[in-house]
Amino acid sequence: MVVSRLQYIRRRLLLAVPIIFFIIVLNFLLIQIAPGDAADVLAGEAGSATPEYMDQLRRKFGLDQPIYVQLLTYVSNVATFDLGFSFRHNKPVSELILSRLGPTLLLMVPVLLISVSMGILLGAIAARYLNRWQDKTISTVVVLTYATPVFWAGLMLIVLFSVKLGWFPTSGMEKIAAFHTGIARIIDIAHHMVLPVITLTLFYIALYTRLMRASVIEQNTMDYVTTARSKGLGEKRVLWGHILRNACLPVLTMAGIQAGALLGGAVVVETVFSWPGLGLLAYESLFARDLNLLLGIFFISACLVVLVNLAVDLLYASLDPRIELK
Amino acid sequence: MQPLYKIKDLTIDLPTWGDRKTAVTDINFELYLDEILCIVGESGSGKSVLARALMGLFPSKHVCASKGEILLDGEDVLSMSADKLRTIRGNKVAMIFQEPMTALNPLLTIGKQIVEVIEVHRPEMQKQAFQKAIQILSDVHLPNPEQIFHAYPHQLSGGQRQRAMIAMALILEPQCLIADEPTTALDVTTQAQILKLIKELQNKHHTAIVFITHDFGVVAEIADRIAVMESGKLVEINYAKNLLTSPQHPYTKKLLGAVPSILPAKSRALSSSSQTVLAVRNLSKVFNTRHGIFKGVTREVRALSQISFELKEGETLGVVGESGSGKSTLAKCIARLVDADDGKIFILGEDFLKAKGESLRKFRRNVQLVFQDPYSSLDPRQKVGSIITEGPILHGENREVAIQRMFELLQIVGLDKKSADRLPHEFSGGQRQRIGIARALALRPRLLIADEAVSALDVSVQAQVLGLLKDIRDEFNLTLLFITHDLRVAAQICDSVMVMSKGEIMEYGATKTIFESPQHPYTQQLLGAIPGRAYWLEHQLVTQ
Amino acid sequence: MRDIFRRFARNIPAVFGLVILVLVMGAAFFAPAIYPQGPFEMVGKPFLEPLTDYLLGTDQLGRDLGVGLLYGARVTLQIGLISTLIAIFLGLTIGGTAGYFGGWIDTLLMRITEIFQTIPFFLFAILLVAILKPTLGSVIFAIAVVSWPPMARLVRSEFLSIRNREFVQACIVMGMGHWQIIFKHVLPNTLSPIIVTGSLMVATAILIESGLSFLGLTDPNVMSWGFIIGSGRSVLRTAWWVCAMPGIAILLTVMAINLVGEGLNDALNPRLKNI
Repeated sequence: MVVSRLQYIRRRLLLAVPIIFFIIVLNFLLIQIAPGDAADVLAGEAGSATPEYMDQLRRKFGLDQPIYVQLLTYVSNVATFDLGFSFRHNKPVSELILSRLGPTLLLMVPVLLISVSMGILLGAIAARYLNRWQDKTISTVVVLTYATPVFWAGLMLIVLFSVKLGWFPTSGMEKIAAFHTGIARIIDIAHHMVLPVITLTLFYIALYTRLMRASVIEQNTMDYVTTARSKGLGEKRVLWGHILRNACLPVLTMAGIQAGALLGGAVVVETVFSWPGLGLLAYESLFARDLNLLLGIFFISACLVVLVNLAVDLLYASLDPRIELK
Repeated sequence: MQPLYKIKDLTIDLPTWGDRKTAVTDINFELYLDEILCIVGESGSGKSVLARALMGLFPSKHVCASKGEILLDGEDVLSMSADKLRTIRGNKVAMIFQEPMTALNPLLTIGKQIVEVIEVHRPEMQKQAFQKAIQILSDVHLPNPEQIFHAYPHQLSGGQRQRAMIAMALILEPQCLIADEPTTALDVTTQAQILKLIKELQNKHHTAIVFITHDFGVVAEIADRIAVMESGKLVEINYAKNLLTSPQHPYTKKLLGAVPSILPAKSRALSSSSQTVLAVRNLSKVFNTRHGIFKGVTREVRALSQISFELKEGETLGVVGESGSGKSTLAKCIARLVDADDGKIFILGEDFLKAKGESLRKFRRNVQLVFQDPYSSLDPRQKVGSIITEGPILHGENREVAIQRMFELLQIVGLDKKSADRLPHEFSGGQRQRIGIARALALRPRLLIADEAVSALDVSVQAQVLGLLKDIRDEFNLTLLFITHDLRVAAQICDSVMVMSKGEIMEYGATKTIFESPQHPYTQQLLGAIPGRAYWLEHQLVTQ
Repeated sequence: MRDIFRRFARNIPAVFGLVILVLVMGAAFFAPAIYPQGPFEMVGKPFLEPLTDYLLGTDQLGRDLGVGLLYGARVTLQIGLISTLIAIFLGLTIGGTAGYFGGWIDTLLMRITEIFQTIPFFLFAILLVAILKPTLGSVIFAIAVVSWPPMARLVRSEFLSIRNREFVQACIVMGMGHWQIIFKHVLPNTLSPIIVTGSLMVATAILIESGLSFLGLTDPNVMSWGFIIGSGRSVLRTAWWVCAMPGIAILLTVMAINLVGEGLNDALNPRLKNI
């Protein structure tokens, strides 16, 4: 089983190659569409690069060469994670992105875990008590939350909990001036994390709750559930032992699909809370018109999504024996 | 002897938005230990609802008993608490269902689902649970019980799954087993094995069995007593021998009369000089199915291997086989719904497979199909009149002429003129098949292929539609290729029969010959597996 | 047809949503008639609280927030509807071709769809609008380009399942050509799920648009709700209503669309409610 799983991972990664390749080509196309010389784009912020660097760039990317050579050069650069240089931050882009990846993951992972688990739980409860007060309450809250723009939710949470109540800080990842270390630092970061995580989680809890509720209702009509009841299983056991596992599968699939959306959500949430992650970096590069940096973030995000999808697929395959791993 | 079950004046209501007020009305009967009671009825008779009610299982809270009692050893099931019901289900009374694939949880192993019954009812026996499960799995004659224990439902065949279900139901030796059409979804040979198994287990454990079915052949095979249901009412109940030889109620008589006889119909005289309408030479088709989460593994399935045969004008050839035999693929290849890999198909002397584009389009009218599923063979949004005139108009016929022909055809198939303005959902299954036949005939095809055209119909409707096909065939001298899995149906309408298995022709000959002296062991096996065969042979011979 | 209306009318949340939608559409339609001077007009002192001189207060430049919301409805609905229509068309074409013809066409098109679904769509939309310079057109284009994959998936699976139904096989056997089969038989039977999904897509488009305009990626000549929120961010502590009001407008509109969409779904596919 372990061997076949490794084989499976390898084959899935191979499948991911065309996707990554396509994204790199897409980036290249976007560079061509963008106004100005490709070198202007690749140099980053307008006017921040020295003329020598621009020449170097032109030679490196072979901008005097035919277009397919340029494409090849670009692809090989990006594939080796040479994403250019950022003058404003005075770092290679790949290093810059890596340094900001951590804070973003710090938000994304809890959001993913909490939203999926809460969604499954609430959806199951809503379906279990169908049309009773538990279901009606959960469904109403879901309808409202599902329609709430994420960035606005963040702003409103700040107004209520930071400005009016003062329970949580309004922005940032930690109190830099305090120079916390060790446990104190962890607690400080956790304190700053609360509002951004809640903001992003709200929408996704709503999404997964709806999906889970519908999924449980559908599973309830399935033949194997009738069989389970005919064996004398109580409602609780039917739900937990039989329905739940089957009902979770579509939610899991959706979670994989939503990986990309989650990163998009990071942009607005990090912007609202000034959280120093990839999302805020994207916003800053937008402001600074640094297309090269933006493209780099886009590429890395896409790679992340591919990895998350692989993880979700593995998880799905381990839960559903009908999927053959070979 | 005291009855295990005593059902008194039972009436079960249906929700107000249903098409009927009650599922079953004023049901009275008894069930004793050590007997098999078959409840027979067509669709809508209420037999399934009744079966589940015996366990207190109702599909929703809107379906409930408004009158009567279901006494299980003197206690009324209908007034039992949820807890009490749970203790008898799977324990005192167990149930097996029609579709073993969907009736088993796809995510749990067979073993886990069997052992669950012990965990719930006899937690003190948990240590021996594995042993008991292996024992019962071998009792139902499953090879390698240990392997099956750890297997998932999708890894087993249909017959194996049904055996596993039976094992799961009988592990605690319940006093009563309710079987809801357990063999309907199985091949006839598998069905024969499962029926034998059920009889064997019943003998061993002296269980009371309630066996729901629509097939009188199955009834003749295993029933001790028979109860006939029509539209929610129990119209007749008697010992098997009595009911089968001298039915009292008109509905019973109608049902028995509609069961296709195992004796072939009288052979027709066919003109020897007629043209060859269909000639198939060395037809082959291989399906490559790809598996796995990213479709890497390929499995080859030989659907057709070197099939050759001929069909003369006016002749009716039956193609008989079980699932996977290739009979459906054959029909699809001849109609060019699927492209064969190799071989030739000659229709009226023309190489059909070579036709392309416009000439193919024009030539297609010579081969028409009547399909199996009356609920998916008509466009739900299209009026019946349009369904029938669409073909002729497409081929350039004048609209007025086509409409006239449509009315003629409606009359031929026994439908009212006003049907032309109605939508498919307003018609019953049998009526929809008639519409399908009219549609096929509208193009005046030289070859008509009936692909399991009566398999999805209730037995009485089946007899009517079969009769209609026969009449039309006789009147218009149609050449008919009749695909079916049911040898009995083939015996009624076919001049010759071709038996297929795993993509190959096992035997080919005149119907009478095939039935009276089958040569190939597979044919003999198929004939031997026909349920209630002994009864029908005896009965037909007596009445003749 | 009448049954569908009746079923919808019995669904209270759906009717509620419909009422809100009608109000929003009314606001969008009549805005120029009621306030011809436009939302950028500075009418009073900045930071006036709501329910004083102006119903919803004024923003940092003294612009009437209420007028801003009315005109915002116009922009938001415009962008939402047009981008969705384009996305539906794209999804129909790609998904329909893949589902109907199958084979390598299906594999190729579905690969492409998969790639577009892997790309973080919001980042991609940002990229597109940034590169093409923020205008009404580029925003609509960007949203359409990131929205079509789910519709393509849906259309593909619907077409695939109907393609295998026996009445379509009957058409083939009759000699009917592909186009006639698709337009006369397949498409009409897939309308319900397309309508429902399409209406829900408008809601998503609105959310994407508001996110984009919040970040500043919007046509500078129009005032959309997201833009107002974005511009009010710096005064969140003091004039919180500048951010709050447009957000409530977005929330109500998106919620209304979702309720109507689900109401349509229940009306078009009646199932037993309480199984």
